[in-house]
Amino acid sequence: MPTSLHLLADAPAQLLPARELMAFTLAAHIILVPLGVAFPLITLVMHHRGLRRGDATALLLARRWSAVMAVQFALGIVTGTVLSFEFGLLWPGLMGRWGDVFGVGFGVEAWAFFLEAVLIAVYLYGWRRLKPWTHFLLGLPLPFAALLGAFGILAANSWMNTPRGFSLDSAGKPVDVNVWKAIFTPMFGPQYWHFVVGMVLTAGFVVAGVYATGWLRGRRDRYHRLGFAVPFTIAAVAAPVQFVLGDSIARSVFHEQPVKFAAMEIVWKTDTRVPEYLFGRLNEDGTVSGGIRIPLLDSFLAGFSADTEVVGLTSVPADQRPTATQATIAHWAFDIMVLIGSVLVLLALWYGLVWLRHRRLPASPWFYRAAACAGVGSVVAVECGWIAAEVGRQPWIVYRNMRVAEAVTSTRSTSLWIMFGVVAVVYVFLFGSFLVVLLRMRTRWRLADEQQATAAGGLAPETDIPYGPRAPVPAGDVPAARPGAGRAGGDGRAGGDGP
Amino acid sequence: MTADLIAVVLLLAVTAYACAGGADYGAGFWDLTSGGTERGRRPRWLIDHAMAPVWEVNNVWLIFVLVVMWTGFPVLFQTVFSAMWLPLALAAVGMVLRGAGFALRKPSQRLAGRRLYGAVFALASVVTPFFLGAAVGGVASERVAPGTDASAHVWTGPTSIVFGVVAVTTTAFLGAVFLTGDAHRFEAPDLVGHFRRRALGSLAALAVLAVITGFVTHEDSPHVWHGLTHGLGLFFVILAGVASLLTAWLLPRTPGTWLRVSAVGVVGSAVVAWGTAQRPYLLPTSLTVADAAGAPATLTWLAVVTLVALLLVMPAVFLLYWLDTHGELEELTDSELRGGRGTDGDGTVRDG
Ligand code: HDD
Ligand code: HEM
Ligand code: HEM
Repeated sequence: MPTSLHLLADAPAQLLPARELMAFTLAAHIILVPLGVAFPLITLVMHHRGLRRGDATALLLARRWSAVMAVQFALGIVTGTVLSFEFGLLWPGLMGRWGDVFGVGFGVEAWAFFLEAVLIAVYLYGWRRLKPWTHFLLGLPLPFAALLGAFGILAANSWMNTPRGFSLDSAGKPVDVNVWKAIFTPMFGPQYWHFVVGMVLTAGFVVAGVYATGWLRGRRDRYHRLGFAVPFTIAAVAAPVQFVLGDSIARSVFHEQPVKFAAMEIVWKTDTRVPEYLFGRLNEDGTVSGGIRIPLLDSFLAGFSADTEVVGLTSVPADQRPTATQATIAHWAFDIMVLIGSVLVLLALWYGLVWLRHRRLPASPWFYRAAACAGVGSVVAVECGWIAAEVGRQPWIVYRNMRVAEAVTSTRSTSLWIMFGVVAVVYVFLFGSFLVVLLRMRTRWRLADEQQATAAGGLAPETDIPYGPRAPVPAGDVPAARPGAGRAGGDGRAGGDGP
Repeated sequence: MTADLIAVVLLLAVTAYACAGGADYGAGFWDLTSGGTERGRRPRWLIDHAMAPVWEVNNVWLIFVLVVMWTGFPVLFQTVFSAMWLPLALAAVGMVLRGAGFALRKPSQRLAGRRLYGAVFALASVVTPFFLGAAVGGVASERVAPGTDASAHVWTGPTSIVFGVVAVTTTAFLGAVFLTGDAHRFEAPDLVGHFRRRALGSLAALAVLAVITGFVTHEDSPHVWHGLTHGLGLFFVILAGVASLLTAWLLPRTPGTWLRVSAVGVVGSAVVAWGTAQRPYLLPTSLTVADAAGAPATLTWLAVVTLVALLLVMPAVFLLYWLDTHGELEELTDSELRGGRGTDGDGTVRDG
């Protein structure tokens, strides 16, 4: 602790709140991102199934999912906009010096968001009036737009990890910018694919988890089976792939960012035959307390041989590497991610084996309990992955080229703490409301399903079936019962439902 | 050369945000001012319906502005965000509240919840454009130069205050004009009149503000004043004036496409006039386009990205606006989310 305190004391006072604020807002945004990137894909798979087989249940699921997407996408946009502002509000030094080197990636991202926002609006609001297949086809480019958006962001982030594509003039300013090289840096490929598959996996497990919970509570109809099976299958395919990609990204970090690797594995001295620690804490003097020590494994994992030399933290001066505390944080985050990744692979295997042998879903409640936790688990893995990547890079904001302390705004730390407080309150309100809205939607749909069931096949008016004859535009009068018809909420004509 | 091109792109993106985002914020303004729950119900209903499909896209323009700024003119981005820390931070918070309020108001069923989200949405819609306008005013009045530290005097000068008020009024004007058209589209004749009166009122307010802006910039922002009264800047000022007259003439008639075009013309010309008046500076009298320009290779690529986007994104955006104005986009109702067809005893929807 003493050394890290000492290092912090050297840093400007506004560094801590700026970091905390950045980390908090990023961590919040990233919760919405798996759904943003992969939920459209999952929904379209379900939608396709519904159209192809004339499956009303599948269409209903796709429709309901798109109602969830509407809210989630909106929150993704506002939290993302805050991040863009924060680049200027918190890290003007970063953008002022390097904006023209790594910014083009964001340019791609901005256009991708345009496409995404357009396509998603057409998809969400096209249910009623577009022709079924036209509607589906207009939604089809959505996953690709999402991939493009991720491309931009990941290009920027991997550039911060392995900056390339420029040289420094005598004043230390970047010149001779080569945009191509700045985008396709060594970390880009590994990060991008690991990220994309991670998002698919997370979205799949999160959505499936909802229906697994329903299954555990005794709702075992076809609606829940389908709602579980489609996203879970997608995620189960992604899980082993993610494991392999994780192994490969870890090796890229080993080669390209050796000090970060040392932090993630708490390796103190450069050496061969390095042991692997599962968890444990790195002390200031380089000793490790606690944790499970596995001899030779780290060297072996890094280079397939116990004689592989692993670079340690002490290979660079103390002010160019993460502190012991930061290394411990990165290490724990990394281990938790790997642990979760491994458990998810086992879960996917279970599912796959049951399917191969019996051609059905697993029946054990333990499977569904695990599946219900898998969603939360993968979100935790995503957060841990980012913490490992960002904290492991300390004290650099641009690896070996700019320190976080040089990038930070000169705004007084009090202002930053106040802003942090305001943002925290707003985000708690935001995400709390998001959760409440989701739960309400669920309750409403369930009540509706039950009511319809008791009404012995009571048919809703034709006009309310999507792709049915066109409904007249709700003209002249406003629905009397509730002001403002909702996209997912009470349209007046639907009256009499709700809690 | 490329830098000038990118500066034009930046100005056009700002203009697009002012028009698209402005109409959006304006809807929020009228939401705030449309009275109590009973009286305001119908206008609010229209606002919800009209805005829902397009507000996300309208907001992406801002992202693009920021990206072009930090990629094309890193120093400009750094300077503006350092010097205008507070108004921009407040605008960011306002934007979050606004988006969240709008997104959550619709699906929340309880009246109390709706009121809360609605109030948040409406209030933030007014506050945000004010601070953005104030920031622009700070730039126009030469109070920002590379190295300027954040302080209140940078964004509380007369030009800032006037620009902030103009920004709010402009959004109100655009919002009212667009809602007039939407009321027509949604076949709510009484609301056509409702918003038409408000559009005319805000146009009149804008005219008064234009005169005040003239006096204030003359005293407070000499470079921009000179630009607005000469050459290209003057041309766009006149264009804005002509468009205003046209809008005033069109407003009492049946609202159609031309009304929107002319209203966008007013705002667009005014923004472009400000941009051209600043030439050759990004930050008047301290930072020129050439000085602020990022690496040449980056600017070229930014131009390429912009071009690709023009070819790829513009058709998509037009498709959206087209579908929207032709009433092809409509929300799902609750009953559609409830299943529609018959169900089994256990809540399963029967197949086919
Ligand atoms: C569902 C989520 C998920 C799962 C199961 C895993 N990861 Fe991961 N990982 C991520 C989600 C993620 C991420 C959030 O997407 C990160 C953060 C930065 C990035 O590019 O991807 C990441 C980063 C990340 C990094 C740091 C990259 C850097 O510093 O630039 C490494 C070394 C690994 N991962 C390795 C693994 C290994 C060996 C796993 C074994 C199973 C694993 N990950 C599972
Ligand atoms: C393009 C993508 C990203 C960029 C440009 C970026 C940028 C930054 C910056 C500027 C900081 C502050 C300086 C620092 O402490 O290093 C930071 C810190 C951090 N970021 Fe990232 N980030 C990105 C992606 C993410 C994501 C998606 C997360 C998700 C959780 C994340 C998690 C963090 C965390 C936890 C910190 C705090 C590190 C610390 O306090 O030591 N980052 N990032
Ligand atoms: C520091 C880094 C980040 C910044 C500056 C940022 C910025 C933004 C912005 C401005 C938006 C709104 C876009 C819109 O209006 O449609 C947004 C939304 C989104 N962001 Fe981020 N973002 C960051 C991190 C990430 C990361 C790492 C990802 C992963 C790919 C990501 C994925 C998304 C997605 C998919 C959306 C669309 C909204 C949604 O579907 O939820 N963002 N982001």
